[in-house]
Amino acid sequence: MKNKLFLSGNEALARGAWESGVSVAASYPGTPSTEILENLAKYKEIEAEWSTNEKVAFEVALGAAIGGKRAIVSMKHVGLNVAADPLFSSAYSGINAGFVIVTCDDPGMHSSQNEQDNRRYAKFAKIPLLEPSNPQEAYDFVKIAFELSEKFEIPVLVRLTTRVSHTKGIVFVNERKEIPLKDYTKNFSKFVLLPANAKNRHKILEEKILELKKLSSKIEINRIEKGKNSLGIVTSGVSYNYAKEVFEDAWFLKLGMVFPFPEELFKEFYKNVKEVIVVEENEPFIEEEIKILGFKAEGKKYFPILDELSCDIIRKGYKNEELPHPENFETVKRPPQLCPGCPHTGIFYSLSRLKVTVLGDIGCYTLGALPPHNAMDTCICMGASIGNAIGFEKAGKEKIVAVIGDSTFLHSGITGLIDAVYNKGKMTLIILDNRTTAMTGHQDHPGTGITAKGEKTKEINIYDIVKAIGVEEIYEVDSYNLKETLKTIKKAVESKNLNVIISKRPCALLKEVRENFSKKPKMKIDEEKCLGEKCKACIRLGCPAISALNGKISISPLLCVGCEVCKEICPKGAIS
Amino acid sequence: MEKKEFNIIICGVGGQGILLASEILALTAMESGFDIKKSEVHGMSQRGGSVFSHVRIGEKVYSPIIEKGKGDILLSFEKAETLRWVHYLKRDEPLIIMSDLEIIPPLVSLGLTSYPKDVEKKLKSISSKLFIIPAKKISEELKDIRVLNIFFLGFLSNFLPFEIKTWEEIIKSKVPENKLEINLATFKKGREFLNNF
Repeated sequence: MKNKLFLSGNEALARGAWESGVSVAASYPGTPSTEILENLAKYKEIEAEWSTNEKVAFEVALGAAIGGKRAIVSMKHVGLNVAADPLFSSAYSGINAGFVIVTCDDPGMHSSQNEQDNRRYAKFAKIPLLEPSNPQEAYDFVKIAFELSEKFEIPVLVRLTTRVSHTKGIVFVNERKEIPLKDYTKNFSKFVLLPANAKNRHKILEEKILELKKLSSKIEINRIEKGKNSLGIVTSGVSYNYAKEVFEDAWFLKLGMVFPFPEELFKEFYKNVKEVIVVEENEPFIEEEIKILGFKAEGKKYFPILDELSCDIIRKGYKNEELPHPENFETVKRPPQLCPGCPHTGIFYSLSRLKVTVLGDIGCYTLGALPPHNAMDTCICMGASIGNAIGFEKAGKEKIVAVIGDSTFLHSGITGLIDAVYNKGKMTLIILDNRTTAMTGHQDHPGTGITAKGEKTKEINIYDIVKAIGVEEIYEVDSYNLKETLKTIKKAVESKNLNVIISKRPCALLKEVRENFSKKPKMKIDEEKCLGEKCKACIRLGCPAISALNGKISISPLLCVGCEVCKEICPKGAIS
Repeated sequence: MEKKEFNIIICGVGGQGILLASEILALTAMESGFDIKKSEVHGMSQRGGSVFSHVRIGEKVYSPIIEKGKGDILLSFEKAETLRWVHYLKRDEPLIIMSDLEIIPPLVSLGLTSYPKDVEKKLKSISSKLFIIPAKKISEELKDIRVLNIFFLGFLSNFLPFEIKTWEEIIKSKVPENKLEINLATFKKGREFLNNF
């Protein structure tokens, strides 16, 4: 009996992987990929872990697959950059039990620093690429990916995008199929990529790709949908959905397996149409494949490389039409911000007072770059803050501060700090330890002492690591104590040594913290004492609970958590 | 049932229960035999930021997001947020249900920008099917502001062809047991609120 569920693409993919008999799953959280591992971890049959970073996650899952258990690794698009080293090698070595890599790309950069199109990784690393267009396909395709992976002894890349990962739709599901442990036999020439072996493995890989190319024209997820006119649309992923609504009468070549490109199937499709239009987000990946074969096709002539596609962009781009709709009105900008009670607030408030150069990193605290703090000069990628700070110093700048979160420090900050010690850096590093990976929705990490399965484990002590690396000047602060925080940062920045400040205060949204706060009284403004518009000292704290309208300051009882930080900065003692 | 397709945008500010409301709406449609797709914002800390959810209901739904000009209904939990989405609505008399709550963003408090004026007037120029819900007053009466989203769903239910029983079943499956009674009562209040117009 088939079961009908309402699932997001990520939930559906996790369900499909579980049904495929996956036993090992690893990941590092990152939007839009996070929910894949969160859901996999719920299944008792699956060993699931949050790894310290994507490279480690990749290696864990690959190890399991070579060892004989079906394994999956998931990450956001930029995470695959971190894991690119083992990715390329794994294509050469091949696997034993099925191995699926999931990349969740973010066209439109809803929460990312770039919009790279990871379909290029499949071609670059020479592994097959599947691209589902909705939650049902995310569920179906991951099953096909495991079959392909085992049949060809090759890792398979499944690419989702934000609008597939985070769209919910109806998914028909089944039950789990247990896959017995595959025999592992030592195979020197396959799994030990010494140059002589690798040379041979490269040849084998090229042969596999030729076989996969033939299969790509036959596989059922690549299909021709007959149309009523002579227009031929080639598309994949979420773009298929938009194109289906805009080009109702066209012929479609709907690609589920995009690489290797299905040459024969395309030729058959080409016979039936007069004009070929490629509808795809971001890079002209399919368009290039067609043009390489020597056929005429247009895509980026009509549709932008930038941002997500949508029905209206496609309609406008190709037909130069728009559905009639009301004019847009200007409204107020409402950028995301640090939450009420956020422990980062005190740090950024202090940093903006001190007017120092701040090299930032990836996490909630990236929001410290926005008003009212404006306290961040750069934010490049996970773990870059410390290396960037070393570089700023080398460029002759002084009073340099790097900020990094606890999860990010463990992800790829440690190596930067080792470099700073080794190469005689003089900057201040602030580790914002809020006891969780907050930005992606509170996943645990080695510093929290809890595993992805919710079990207790050894807690990695960040203070001890910093000390062991060789930092001699270490401070600890509680960012709720503004005076102390400001004093400590000032002292650290003036110091002639490399130093580290660990600000340890749990995220205000963690369950235990919220429970504690719920017992606390909320802050109120004494209107007699408040200077209102003339002062606004509390507004500069950047707490969303405090607002000013028509000259009057108010604190929302709904938003205020009672952290009392605003009380510290009111010059008139009007907050209590 | 004459109409077979409903494109609904729910919008507001982080923390207002938009995602739960859209989940209940979508599930109710699914239980009523429709195809559904739901797409919303995720990722960046959305506390106090703009939040939206697109819910598409029909016989067969492809795109997870609504095309500009195809939106039938806009359900807005915050006044200024309504304006952000009106250009997604169809031209011909779309339904707009809006809260009168004004949530002031920090950029306004800092004096860097201003809160929009004449929201009501602007919306009236788009459609005569405009319902403004006095949410501030109602939340005082409800004694629990967190169920306001269910009040809005109750109001919305008047315009959708789903049975009350189905709505109630879905609410039951989505809210904690000790909150069920207040949620069901609030849904009913919301539904009956149409009589006030």
